Amino acid sequence: MSTTKAKVERPASVRKGGGRFDWRWAGLAALLAAAVYAPFQLVPFHVFQLTMVLVYAVALLGLNLLVGHAGQISLGHGAFFAIGAYTCAILLDRFDLPYPLTLPLAAAVAFVLGLALGVPAMRLRGLYLALVTLAIAIFLVPLLKRFEELTGGSMGLTLAKPTPPAWSGLAEDQWLYFLTLAVAVAAFLLAASLLRSRVGRALHALRDNEIAAEVMGVRLSFYKTLAFAWSAMFAGAAGCVYTWVIGFVSPDSFTVNLSITLLAGLVVGGLGSLSGPVLGGLFVMFVPSISQDINDAAPGVIFGLLIIAVMYVAPTGLAGLAGRLIKKIPRKE
Amino acid sequence: MAAFLQQVVEGLGAGAIYASLALALVLIYQFTGIVNFAQGELAMFSTYIAWQCVAAGMPFWLALVVTLAVSFAGGMLIERIIIRPVEGAPELTIVIVTVGLFIFVNAAAGWIWTFLIKDFPNPFPGGALEAAGISVNFSTLGVLGVVALVMGLLYLLFQYTKIGLGMRAVAANPASARLVGIRVGRTLALGWGLAATVGAVSGVLVAPLLFLEPNMMGGVLIYAFAAATLGGFDSPLGAVVGGLVVGVAETLAGAYVGFIGSDLKVGVPLVIILGVLLLRPQGLFGRAAVERA
Repeated sequence: MSTTKAKVERPASVRKGGGRFDWRWAGLAALLAAAVYAPFQLVPFHVFQLTMVLVYAVALLGLNLLVGHAGQISLGHGAFFAIGAYTCAILLDRFDLPYPLTLPLAAAVAFVLGLALGVPAMRLRGLYLALVTLAIAIFLVPLLKRFEELTGGSMGLTLAKPTPPAWSGLAEDQWLYFLTLAVAVAAFLLAASLLRSRVGRALHALRDNEIAAEVMGVRLSFYKTLAFAWSAMFAGAAGCVYTWVIGFVSPDSFTVNLSITLLAGLVVGGLGSLSGPVLGGLFVMFVPSISQDINDAAPGVIFGLLIIAVMYVAPTGLAGLAGRLIKKIPRKE
Repeated sequence: MAAFLQQVVEGLGAGAIYASLALALVLIYQFTGIVNFAQGELAMFSTYIAWQCVAAGMPFWLALVVTLAVSFAGGMLIERIIIRPVEGAPELTIVIVTVGLFIFVNAAAGWIWTFLIKDFPNPFPGGALEAAGISVNFSTLGVLGVVALVMGLLYLLFQYTKIGLGMRAVAANPASARLVGIRVGRTLALGWGLAATVGAVSGVLVAPLLFLEPNMMGGVLIYAFAAATLGGFDSPLGAVVGGLVVGVAETLAGAYVGFIGSDLKVGVPLVIILGVLLLRPQGLFGRAAVERA
């Protein structure tokens, strides 16, 4: 089945499936059906939790483009998440824009900022990118507090959530869930098609061997900067949806901890695969809420140990482990 | 003028602390090519050990010696257990592992000692030295003195001892060092131990000024990164000079640029990092890396 023994599993789309029935698409369809069915069966709080999983998954899809596929590290993705969230909040608060319009605008602002910051950072080795992004994430919080008249300062901004249209017959939590699901599916398809294109191949090439990629004609700084800007765009879109769902933004929701948790979730979920971000989203949402009962510090201890353990034994994370198990199942040729 | 000099002196005091953590970062980078994102958290953990010793009734200086010894051993252990398995792995893997260590140590400190702020004793007397209209706190002088002492000891170690010679050899070329009989693995562990010790010093110096809590070093770390970037990641002297420059730049920017004020000072290291990377990526004292395909 696999055409290559590369270190990181290629997404299914890269492989030549021929005319055979692909179980992956069936699995995906079943998952989507379950995702559509779920909000009618769960209590509102659980629907909210699932919504947040999807929000994080969108951000992680972007982070995965950068870290998993281009091999560049960002410790400041929470900053772009915050920028998306605040762009949306300010547009709603100041300009009374309709909700659907805030999404492309928030994504665009994050993209442009990612491009602007990526140009200087990406000309250098990955290590320095980690430094610069960490500094950005730390700097953003006081910056948000400073421009009080626009951002509401430390108090933040409170906004009305989108109300479900009458024809849908949905409750608010269900409507928010479906909005988020739609964004997540669109983000998933966008990421999948990006990776299948010439760009995705360029990213994999520069991740696996920069010098070889350059020799083959991949413009390193161009593609690195682009990957950074895209991943910022996904984070911005996720931030915008976050504002829809929560209806409140404040600087302290977007500390450097958020950035580090996102990276942790992605690493545990699985770098370089399409299902990794979804698993990572589950982690980011549920590990803290479940383990916080033991001790305030328990989520950190679990995440820290898991990250180190994953890097030792399963660099492709949970998604990679699942993939390996599936391959063990014998299949008819 | 006196007010300006006063600000410079305070900047130097802050800078000395950044310098000490930057020194720890540089020590590890020199030997292993790893930037240890957990350095600040290890320093914080060491400071808690010192606090625990003082709380148990030990005199401060004895507690410091115990802390430094524990930190040294802890640094070596971390190298052995956590870093060794990913040695030679891609940069991305190593950075992620040190980030994991960062999260773990931070949370572990919170678990053991809770997230409540703790008062940390100041080892230096309270008064200030008055000269030419400027007053210099004894604690600022003490911090500067300690950092100078650490720097001097490291210089002696590297230049005049056999261990130091071996460490320099490993930093210059691990493969050749191994061929002439230097125990490279042991030397790398030694480097981590030294770095943890130097980091512990910076933690103990910071704690009386900032109060002790698990997130204490988060803010300092970014200044230390700026200092190391400015000085050059492979130059201990650069780290110290960089730390002092960053400290002074931050204090002056906070005092004299109205827009920045005290809350946006944390943007100064970001600007310094970006500026250095664009203009002189190897830093003031660093050597430009030459890559061979």
